[in-house]
Amino acid sequence: MTSLTELILFLVVLSDFAVLGTSRLSSCIRAVALQGLLLGLLPLVIDESLTRHAVGLALGTVAVKAIVLPAFLRWAIREAAVRREVEPLIGYTASIALGIAALAVAFAVANVLPMRGGEAELLIPTALVTVMIGLTVLITRAKALLQVVGYLMLENGIYLFGLTQARRVPFLVEAGVLLDVFVGVFIMGIVVFHINREFDSISAARLTELHE
Amino acid sequence: MTAARLLWQLAALGVLLVAAPLILGIARKTRAILTGRRGPRVWQLYADLRKLSLKGAVYSITTTEVFRLTPLVVLATTLLASTLLPLNGQRALLSFAGDFAAFAGLLALGRFFMVLGALDTGSSFEGMGASRDVTFASLVEPGLFVTFVALSVAGGALSLSGMLGAELWLRWGAVAPTMVLLAGSIFVLMLAECARVPVDDPATHLELTMVHEVMLLDTSGPDLALVLYAHAVKLSLFAAIIVDILVPRSTLPPWSAIALLGAGIIGVGILVGVVESTMARLRLSKVPLFIASGSALGLFGLILLLR
Repeated sequence: MTSLTELILFLVVLSDFAVLGTSRLSSCIRAVALQGLLLGLLPLVIDESLTRHAVGLALGTVAVKAIVLPAFLRWAIREAAVRREVEPLIGYTASIALGIAALAVAFAVANVLPMRGGEAELLIPTALVTVMIGLTVLITRAKALLQVVGYLMLENGIYLFGLTQARRVPFLVEAGVLLDVFVGVFIMGIVVFHINREFDSISAARLTELHE
Repeated sequence: MTAARLLWQLAALGVLLVAAPLILGIARKTRAILTGRRGPRVWQLYADLRKLSLKGAVYSITTTEVFRLTPLVVLATTLLASTLLPLNGQRALLSFAGDFAAFAGLLALGRFFMVLGALDTGSSFEGMGASRDVTFASLVEPGLFVTFVALSVAGGALSLSGMLGAELWLRWGAVAPTMVLLAGSIFVLMLAECARVPVDDPATHLELTMVHEVMLLDTSGPDLALVLYAHAVKLSLFAAIIVDILVPRSTLPPWSAIALLGAGIIGVGILVGVVESTMARLRLSKVPLFIASGSALGLFGLILLLR
């Protein structure tokens, strides 16, 4: 089971990099949906005894992160009619380099942290790197929609961190977090839609201009 | 014992050298089948090489000795590089600490002469191709070194024989997922280094869009045969590295190790064909990102191994 967990965590990191390296919004959304699916599988794989807690967590995560939110984001890009991130603040190659630096930092930090992921040793570095790459996307992309994707990755990282304590965290807390994210992304999507309506663009930089 | 081992090493090298044109034939055939054509026979390149070697060479009057030397140097460096790889899954013919740098250096020397030969013709197309080829190579090489360093950490040795041969077998179980990453990295770098789609399209007929082929415009006859053959050997060398990484075979009997090498090389050839038929060639400005992603895989592997 450990190697399966490792494989899933590898794929999570690779999907982080896929978001960093692609300009096409639909590919980014697909990558983040895949990440959601992988995160949904994780509680089942880590917790070998299929408790109701783990199954519920997995089902909820897959439903929200792999199906509902990506579908909603796809709706948003269709409404806003954007296909590509044209001018990121940091180029894609540089983003990948930043991602690698984040990876190195994550592993270095995870080594000195007092807590351990138990059987899944890679869990904490993966969580850290997903948070950092999510933040990078959030900061460096100009399109508001990709910023939502970055926010989602940030949340995925926090969720991964939570999995280290999966047995101790009550189900309700997890459900609450999922609901929060859901509502957050929903609101952001509607905001993106309205930004697009008002400004004919979803570049966040335009928001500095005041409109009546 | 040592005589027998030497014999098996030579046999593995012989299989690689004989089968090298086949990998290009298989890649072409796969591409043809997947795109709904019949395509040339898989051994077409052997026939091409024979035909070319029977022809005479034509030299432009602007070229000098450098141009005539180029095919020989390209082939010699590639052959020498092939003696550094542990093809039978155990040890290479030549092996010393740090020989991965020699491996990369030999390939770079071949490329350097290739570029010199191209510039020697004075053709502006060839100069352009040379400039692109060198640009890509300068991006591939750091990635290659990163992956080799990761492999040397995994195998605990500084020679290719150590990192890909017998020692790797002992640790392979513990680092298997990382090895898949490193193989992926080598595959991406191979596509760039050996001028395949999505970095370069070997089937293009427009000089403006060629990268590697354009440097061979003035090469003809036996010279062209030598360069084409060296190119095929280079591709199968990278394929052999991938096979070495994914299928450590030091405990297998020598003949089955060699058979696995052949099967693996054919597999990589099919994979190259699949990539060529499913991906479009990347825009020139996108190539650095592609190569950087390949190197990132290698760096990811290195970080995982160093943790």
